[in-house]
Amino acid sequence: MSNAIEKTDVLVIGSGFGGAITAYHLAAGGAKVTVLERGPWLNSSDFEHDYKLGSSYTRAFDFVVGDGMSVLGGNCVGGGSVVYFAAMPRAPRFVFDRKGSIGRRMWPSALSRDTLDPWYDRIEESLSVTKQEWSDVSYAGGLWAAACHHAGRTANPLAVAIDNSKCANCNFMMAGCRFEAKQSLTVNYLPAAIAHGAEIRPLHEVQHLSRTAEGDYRVHYNVVDDQDYRLHHDSGVIQAKIVVMAAGAAATPVILQRSETHLGTMPHAVGRYFSGNGERLNTAVLDEDKIAEILGLTRGEGALPYGANAIGRGPTVASWDKLDGSLPEYSRYSLEQLYFPPGLGTILAQVPDATGPTWFGREKKEILRNWKSWLTIFSMTEDDNEGVFGPPPATGNAMRISQQMLGRGNLSYRPTRNTWHGWNQSDAEVKEILEKDGLAKVMPWTNDLVGAYTVHPLASCRMGDDPHTSALDDTNELRGHSGVFVTDASAVPGALTVNPAMTIAAVAERAVPHIVAAARLRGVAVNYGAPAPTGHKSGRNAVLPLLRRGVRQPAGV
Amino acid sequence: MQASARIPERRVDIGDEATLTLEAYADTIVPGEKRGSGDRAIAGAGTGGGAVAAGALDLLRWDATGISEGLEDLAGLVNDHARAYAAGEGLEPDDTVPPFVALGYEDRVTLIQRLTTPGHPEKDFWVLLSLFCNMAFDSAAHLNTAQAIEDGHPGLSAMGITAPDADGLWRFSDFGYGRKLAELHPDTTATGSPA
Repeated sequence: MSNAIEKTDVLVIGSGFGGAITAYHLAAGGAKVTVLERGPWLNSSDFEHDYKLGSSYTRAFDFVVGDGMSVLGGNCVGGGSVVYFAAMPRAPRFVFDRKGSIGRRMWPSALSRDTLDPWYDRIEESLSVTKQEWSDVSYAGGLWAAACHHAGRTANPLAVAIDNSKCANCNFMMAGCRFEAKQSLTVNYLPAAIAHGAEIRPLHEVQHLSRTAEGDYRVHYNVVDDQDYRLHHDSGVIQAKIVVMAAGAAATPVILQRSETHLGTMPHAVGRYFSGNGERLNTAVLDEDKIAEILGLTRGEGALPYGANAIGRGPTVASWDKLDGSLPEYSRYSLEQLYFPPGLGTILAQVPDATGPTWFGREKKEILRNWKSWLTIFSMTEDDNEGVFGPPPATGNAMRISQQMLGRGNLSYRPTRNTWHGWNQSDAEVKEILEKDGLAKVMPWTNDLVGAYTVHPLASCRMGDDPHTSALDDTNELRGHSGVFVTDASAVPGALTVNPAMTIAAVAERAVPHIVAAARLRGVAVNYGAPAPTGHKSGRNAVLPLLRRGVRQPAGV
Repeated sequence: MQASARIPERRVDIGDEATLTLEAYADTIVPGEKRGSGDRAIAGAGTGGGAVAAGALDLLRWDATGISEGLEDLAGLVNDHARAYAAGEGLEPDDTVPPFVALGYEDRVTLIQRLTTPGHPEKDFWVLLSLFCNMAFDSAAHLNTAQAIEDGHPGLSAMGITAPDADGLWRFSDFGYGRKLAELHPDTTATGSPA
């Protein structure tokens, strides 16, 4: 039987939030779970403080340039959780009532802040998400808070999934946390999944799905070189009763598009309604004297009052004054202090008041000399879900250009007037806050080079109640393809106005009982009800009664 | 699961004309000072080292970038554009150096602005080339960062990036102002989220 097809109960594509959370619960419930991850498996000791190509900084990331939108995402075991900044706010209540471009509620009626809160609670418990104090805030966050206060705004330290006792404020967390302070999935859900028998295979890039006559799925993958991702060494097939797709919002729809010839017609919304979470960046070049004079901030004798762009842990403070449900759609946003490391985005920062080119040349070099006095502000607005994926590339989700990280994809994004309205309003507010009394000079990043830029791709295979504008039903199952579930950011229907990791994770947690029910229908002996990977049980105990009361009660609960 | 050792670095050899041309291109992205009185590639539009001194050619020629095999073509293409640009502007021909190198700094800037304008059919190439030129300066992507800082890399030094601890890792024990600096949003939940 050497030619027999390998079989598993549940095949999970991707090991980020959508993959790790489902893999853990399904394995803990008794299913045979196999996880295919296209990126490498890096340990904490592999996470380097190094911008050189080939370091963990480029191995763990993917940067896919599209037509009008470029996407930065994770590419390793743990996915986005390895490279994320661990900011974990819940989405504000009004987000779930957004109508976006379709004139009706985008989220399924079964989902609201109230119904998602118990699942948020599970994530909060599992990832030790904690409210931060002012003493935890970095210089950059403190400066942003002080500027907001000076301009009559409020500002909040962000809830994060970081163990402050281990954090060195190195600002290298995008290359993986060397100090294991950041709660990546590699220190909670994934080891717990492995302990329950799940198998994780790195460097396995899924290309397409097909179906057997008996109704099982076959998942076709290539094995990618562990350093030069342009090279593929092998290929293979695994058969599963259930497929959980969690390759990320920039890859899941591409796999489904490529599968259409094998599985039959895909829902219209597969590869459409992509959202960049309405993201926009502004760079402020600060006047250090004014920081001391007007905001009263100092760092002691001999030090600049700020000069601390390099210090910290990504974002630590956000201003939420415009997260107001009474405001019209497309005018609500959060403004968050963010660290953006050299190499990935510096070229997009524009020179304020330039007389020549804004993104290169003499004047750009001058502002680079003040890099330590830069403050980056990240706007998360409401975009119009205008992204559409073109035909899939030969393999993966991009034509790879560089050995790692850089590729060209087929996502096209033409920002609508609504999206520009949000961007322009947030740009104007950042400028108003930071240019008040000459604190700084501010310019948004240019969209002219690689289009808009998102680190939080969403909605490319989204949930909803309307079959014409959503690819998944309210259980995360792909319409017309029973047994295929999508649990990553592509399931989230639209921009959230805050960092999305908490919501992506909560939606994945919520999907698990439905996947368990589907697996049991296919004869898999699996139950729902595992505690948090830490062993804590409060979150689990809170959701079990809800499931018993629910209309779509999964078997085995 | 330990990562394997890095694969050997391969650099593509390119000719003198392509080298001069790409140096001139990199120097337009991040301008630096001339290496000597006879330096034609570097226009001398900036003080201190620019992208060339930062090692732009070393980065571009590395096959990890994915553009190393196309460098001769890119140099030829930008020289074609420079020739057409010079003719269009009525500039005096100078056959002693490649056409792009023959342009003055401001003309090089204008040409790169045209090539990278949205809608230009070759925009992707020139943005990619510009990106790597910039990365040589702002992140020394061809060098170990700690070593580059120790060696006085012009970009990392200009940006004020400090050296790491002896083990090559950055730690900042002094990281924040340590006090309340704004009022919290009134609709904040007990766990620190928006309501």
